[in-house]
Amino acid sequence: MSIFVDENTKVIYQGLTGSQGSYYAKLNAEYGTQVVAGTHPKKAGTNVDGVPVYASVAEAKAATGATATCIFIPAPGVQGAVLEAAEAGIEFVVAITEGVPAHDEAYFFNKLQAEYPNTRLLGPNCPGIISPGKCNIGITAGHIAKAGGPVGIVSRSGTLTYQALYELKQKDIGVTTCVGIGGDPVPGTSFIDCLAAFEADPETKAIMMIGEIGGSAEEEAAEYIKHNMSKPVSSYIAGVTAPPGKKMGHAGAIVSGGKGTAKAKMEALEDAGVRVGQNPTEAGELMADIVSEL
Amino acid sequence: MDLFEYQGKQFFASYGMPVSPGDIAFTVDEAVAAAEQLGTPVMVKAQVLAGGRGKAGGVKFAADIEAVREHAGNILGLDIKGHLVGRVWIEKASDIAEEYYASFTLDRSAKKHLGMLSKEGGVEIETVAEENPDAIAKIWVDPVAGLSEADCRAWVAAANLPEAAVEGSVSILQKLYTAYTEGDADLVEINPLILTPEGEVHVLDAKVTLDANSTFRHEDYAQYDETQTRDERETAAHAKGLQYVGLEGSVGVIANGAGLAMSTVDVVNQVGGAAANFLDIGGGANADVMAGALEVINNDPNVRSIFINIFGGITRGEEVANGILEAMQRVDIDSPIVIRLDGTNADEGRAILQPKLSDSLMMEETMLDAARKAVEMAS
Repeated sequence: MSIFVDENTKVIYQGLTGSQGSYYAKLNAEYGTQVVAGTHPKKAGTNVDGVPVYASVAEAKAATGATATCIFIPAPGVQGAVLEAAEAGIEFVVAITEGVPAHDEAYFFNKLQAEYPNTRLLGPNCPGIISPGKCNIGITAGHIAKAGGPVGIVSRSGTLTYQALYELKQKDIGVTTCVGIGGDPVPGTSFIDCLAAFEADPETKAIMMIGEIGGSAEEEAAEYIKHNMSKPVSSYIAGVTAPPGKKMGHAGAIVSGGKGTAKAKMEALEDAGVRVGQNPTEAGELMADIVSEL
Repeated sequence: MDLFEYQGKQFFASYGMPVSPGDIAFTVDEAVAAAEQLGTPVMVKAQVLAGGRGKAGGVKFAADIEAVREHAGNILGLDIKGHLVGRVWIEKASDIAEEYYASFTLDRSAKKHLGMLSKEGGVEIETVAEENPDAIAKIWVDPVAGLSEADCRAWVAAANLPEAAVEGSVSILQKLYTAYTEGDADLVEINPLILTPEGEVHVLDAKVTLDANSTFRHEDYAQYDETQTRDERETAAHAKGLQYVGLEGSVGVIANGAGLAMSTVDVVNQVGGAAANFLDIGGGANADVMAGALEVINNDPNVRSIFINIFGGITRGEEVANGILEAMQRVDIDSPIVIRLDGTNADEGRAILQPKLSDSLMMEETMLDAARKAVEMAS
């Protein structure tokens, strides 16, 4: 099994008519994802590579039975796009767009939680989600992942997610689902959401978690692992040498006031029984060890 | 984007908060002119993006114009924690009865806005938090619901501010929340928020960090971008639109993706070296971006070797390889380059690079081996 998305997931692309949206929707469709519709308020009735465009998510959902959307809309429109999808009753919303203001993210996170509890948001500023061999929503290169199991991956970083998928594939280890939760201050889906879903998924036997400096999401995940997880976890945290007060590319990746350091996160994870690698390769090797012991 | 104190005060004033009249001065003469205009006594305050200005001698009381001349002369050009003082804020001096602390920022764990209020202001809030945490009244504000007046009053009551300060504080804190949300700030902080002997509540200092992602709806924020303190390297990289942070080491780092770039800096450190920078060239790695990145790194006099660490996802290995070779033709590079290319079509990419390899262009299969080679070349 996989978590959140599988071969039956039908996906609407909000922003399908844009260059990024059309490019990745095509790649996702080629991978085998059910790309069923796009939306654009003024381009209803047209199509992009044969994918029909509707005026709104509600219309696209009514026509196709889609349960997921993928957002490739520029940052100023992301809040509207997320809320439109939630209002239309979409269950899983993936927001790829980077550069969304933190206040927008805090607003729609709380709005969803209070008024649309059945909608799960992934992102913004994330690479998306892939259940290898079944469904790929977002910008991950599908062929770097080996389908099957037994490993589930959750990551805050894009390229390190690819690196992790690739390291596992080189070792002939399959992945049930790989979730890129994104590096922004208010991610719609957290480490803990993914860990809980992997814990409940019978085909996922072990989890690889890739974190970064900044915030306390990794520490909270460590606490969760300690008390709620029976499955083994390996981890890697980027940014050991990052200087305090400097944003390292991701809006969320900043060490401030001595908080959110890689060292503190690694210690918290080790304390929870997680095997922590010093670099991505080592984390991959640790996971290979875990898998061989299963 | 961090604002200077005076910019922060102007930002607060635009939301109707009471701040002292003042003027910015880049020279001693301008400082004197500002003080004459305002009338003494005034405060002469160094404008740098660093804390501890007072201790460093960057904040002085001037009773008369002669004192303004003397203090401005001493403060302009002062080095405060590596920040050179280029401007001073001349502000009408205030009488202070009491000093408080107030701020709003995002609580990333709670995913709500966090307001902090304390009657122990004028000192570092971290110290208060450690020594007397009960002295800080906290409020978590739901971004959808906003801060109601009733909640704000309860918050002020919880902070035990004296009766005389309550009305003024409630008014300022509501405006502070509006400035924080409408202004897309990551942080708004007033330390101290003062009560004057006349019973007025007043903003005496301002620390504001704005969200750079929000500039599409705040055109005027471009003015703040110009005053950010960056070193020469960071300025050059910023102009090219590169995600660059200057560091102290000798191995120049180019990687695609923030996580991988951070990881690359870490790995260089792990094998005994030190990175000269963090540089994320983003998901792709075309010749234009690569050339820009190489140019910035090549201009850094500390750089002794360059480590290019690319993981091809959607971008294929051969595109990356061609991009690197083309960029190398455009930029005359002084330091040896070590490349690690992995991911999609890595074999094809490596095959393109293979015939070009030399003492100045090396390739390694893994991130660790490449880091070791780059560190070796830098020493």
